[in-house]
Amino acid sequence: MGDAKLVDRADERLKSAAGIGGAILAFLDRVRSGDLGSLPVIIGLIIICSVFQSLNTVFLSPSNIVNLLYDSSTIGVISLGIVCILMVGEIDLSVGSVSGFASALLGVLWVNTGIPVFLAIIAAILAGAVIGLFYAFLFNRFGMPSFVSTLAGLLAVLGLQLYLLGESGSINLPYGSPLVNLGQSLFVPPALAYLLGALAGLALFWRSWRTAARRRNANLSAQSLHILVGRAIVITVVLEAAVFYLNRGRGVPLMLVVFLALVVLLDYALTRTQWGRAVKAVGGNREAARRAGINVRRIYTSAFVLCAVFAAIGGVLSSARLASASQQAGTGDVNLDAIAAAVIGGTSLFGGRGNAYSALLGIIVIQAISSGLTLLDLSSSLRYMITGAVLAIAVIVDSLARRSRVSHGRA
Amino acid sequence: MTAQGTPVLSLHGISKHFGAVSALTDIELDVHAGEVVALVGDNGAGKSTLVKILAGVHAPSAGRIAFQGREVTLPDPAAALSLGIATVFQDLALCENLDVVANIFLGRELSPYALDEVAMEIKAWTLLQELSARIPSLRETVASLSGGQRQTVAIARSLLLEPKLILLDEPTAALGVAQTAEVLDLIERVRDRGLGVLMISHNMEDVRAVADRIVVLRLGRNNGIFYPDASNHELVSAITGAGENAVSRRAARRSTRDSSLGETA
Ligand SMILES: Nc1ncnc2c1ncn2[C@@H]1O[C@H](COP(=O)(O)OP(=O)(O)O)[C@@H](O)[C@H]1O
Ligand SMILES: [Mg+2]
Repeated sequence: MGDAKLVDRADERLKSAAGIGGAILAFLDRVRSGDLGSLPVIIGLIIICSVFQSLNTVFLSPSNIVNLLYDSSTIGVISLGIVCILMVGEIDLSVGSVSGFASALLGVLWVNTGIPVFLAIIAAILAGAVIGLFYAFLFNRFGMPSFVSTLAGLLAVLGLQLYLLGESGSINLPYGSPLVNLGQSLFVPPALAYLLGALAGLALFWRSWRTAARRRNANLSAQSLHILVGRAIVITVVLEAAVFYLNRGRGVPLMLVVFLALVVLLDYALTRTQWGRAVKAVGGNREAARRAGINVRRIYTSAFVLCAVFAAIGGVLSSARLASASQQAGTGDVNLDAIAAAVIGGTSLFGGRGNAYSALLGIIVIQAISSGLTLLDLSSSLRYMITGAVLAIAVIVDSLARRSRVSHGRA
Repeated sequence: MTAQGTPVLSLHGISKHFGAVSALTDIELDVHAGEVVALVGDNGAGKSTLVKILAGVHAPSAGRIAFQGREVTLPDPAAALSLGIATVFQDLALCENLDVVANIFLGRELSPYALDEVAMEIKAWTLLQELSARIPSLRETVASLSGGQRQTVAIARSLLLEPKLILLDEPTAALGVAQTAEVLDLIERVRDRGLGVLMISHNMEDVRAVADRIVVLRLGRNNGIFYPDASNHELVSAITGAGENAVSRRAARRSTRDSSLGETA
């Protein structure tokens, strides 16, 4: 089939890149010009895992990986919100406090007041939404930099959390309740986990195959069946291998599945909806987005609200994980871990560039460091230093890649 | 060719102040359907400011805007777009982090909840082919395009909407010879489809080639309306202010030299 006939391959200046070799060449070309995607974080993860595994063989054991992923799920959800807010080029420094406040609200409403748990969860999430709305109001109405408003929010919301918890300072959530089970002992039945992995691979193949067919019908270049099948097989095999490995431990935590579902959902929203397009446009060039008729304020509002809502969901999940709502919830490194995860995963601090999967990859890196150092019995002082260094490296990679994109015309 | 009936666009007493600076004072302007109006003036005359007011980017300080006979306000760009006013800005206003297709369809994506990338790409190719654009790939980000290619993308964007009035702020400034001709052809085609066109250009040849009327702005005020048959001298003196100026002095030097050359020959 002659490439010359394709509408989007007609220009003679295009390097023709057909087949698997072409796809690999195009990928290398992209990487060289600074369009790194998830490559740095995957390489980083491999290095981190090799180092810790060589220092302590428990590190890559199924049970440790299960725990690691279990712990990743809570802050990972918070980090999804950070992806949203970074995409529009703003920041929320208060996600830790918001998550802690949400868990306190959940504890007070559910345990102390006796409201049904699902209503308490909804209330906690709504409270997060209100906080996000307030940041958006300050930003849109007064042009208050999000850096400042959310820093103020960090303190104010932490104050609310402490106020809610009052004297006792900590509320234990009832063991055996569905929410606490989700956080501690609910695993996907092995057969179902394998089935989900296979379904994910199939869905991926079906979607890309349909797109390719439509493109071919429209006389546009499309990926060949080999590549589609190959990629779907690789991904399915990786997923099934992961399921197999986790099943040798306690299994696939249901909470991880919840997190992954949210990742896929956010990825869809960011890449396949008008809203996601608008979010990227606002993060890339606010004035151009406004002139294209996009309601820029509404987009900022949606990002602030989503960020706080994800933080609240993360807070509910972490209280389930800990079976308590305490004054410590959401304090310490939750904030910075969530922000660092998104950036380490490859979402740019400069706005307009990133994806939902960066929260997943980034939080696994952070939890891997934390888990590895705990296994080595090293104090948290070292953990902070290493996480800080990784974050710095991620930001340097981000800045360098941006510079390279500018010089290669891909900014 | 002067169209009749109510104008698509009609401005009365439009003024715009930026702090102490009066960028525009009491501007009157009509654009009819099926008419190309050229807006000319020196740098800083207020042309882009006027375009931005009509695009809903700036709010006017005073004055009335009527669109298709009805008085309208243009509080934001979305309002102007939904009325059917499409604009190619001088500073283009594209998102560099998005690809060409995404930029052309920005804010008007097909099927908002499950973006139809294939249909959008096909439509984008069609639009760009109409403009004889030389853009190798529509899936590269706009950052990788040259100035002229970006200009074409911006023009394609404005056509997508099927507007009633198109505002073009120096649309050919970054274009090569062939593409300039292509854009001028396009302006004529758009006019023949019955759209109103307001075009800003510094190139008198281009202006004369397509404009039905030429409106001159000078220091933020109306300074005369001309037709394409007006002499260069008339236009230039309206643009720069009547009487002696750099352009007329050059022209005078030139003609005396030409005539003295003629005498010696
Ligand atoms: N956003 C702005 N803020 C302040 N002054 C402005 C702004 N935009 C334009 N001006 C002023 O308005 C005048 C007209 O500018 P402009 O409309 O860009 O001129 P033109 O496009 O005819 O060259 C200039 O004196 C310019 O300095
Ligand atoms: Mg201008």
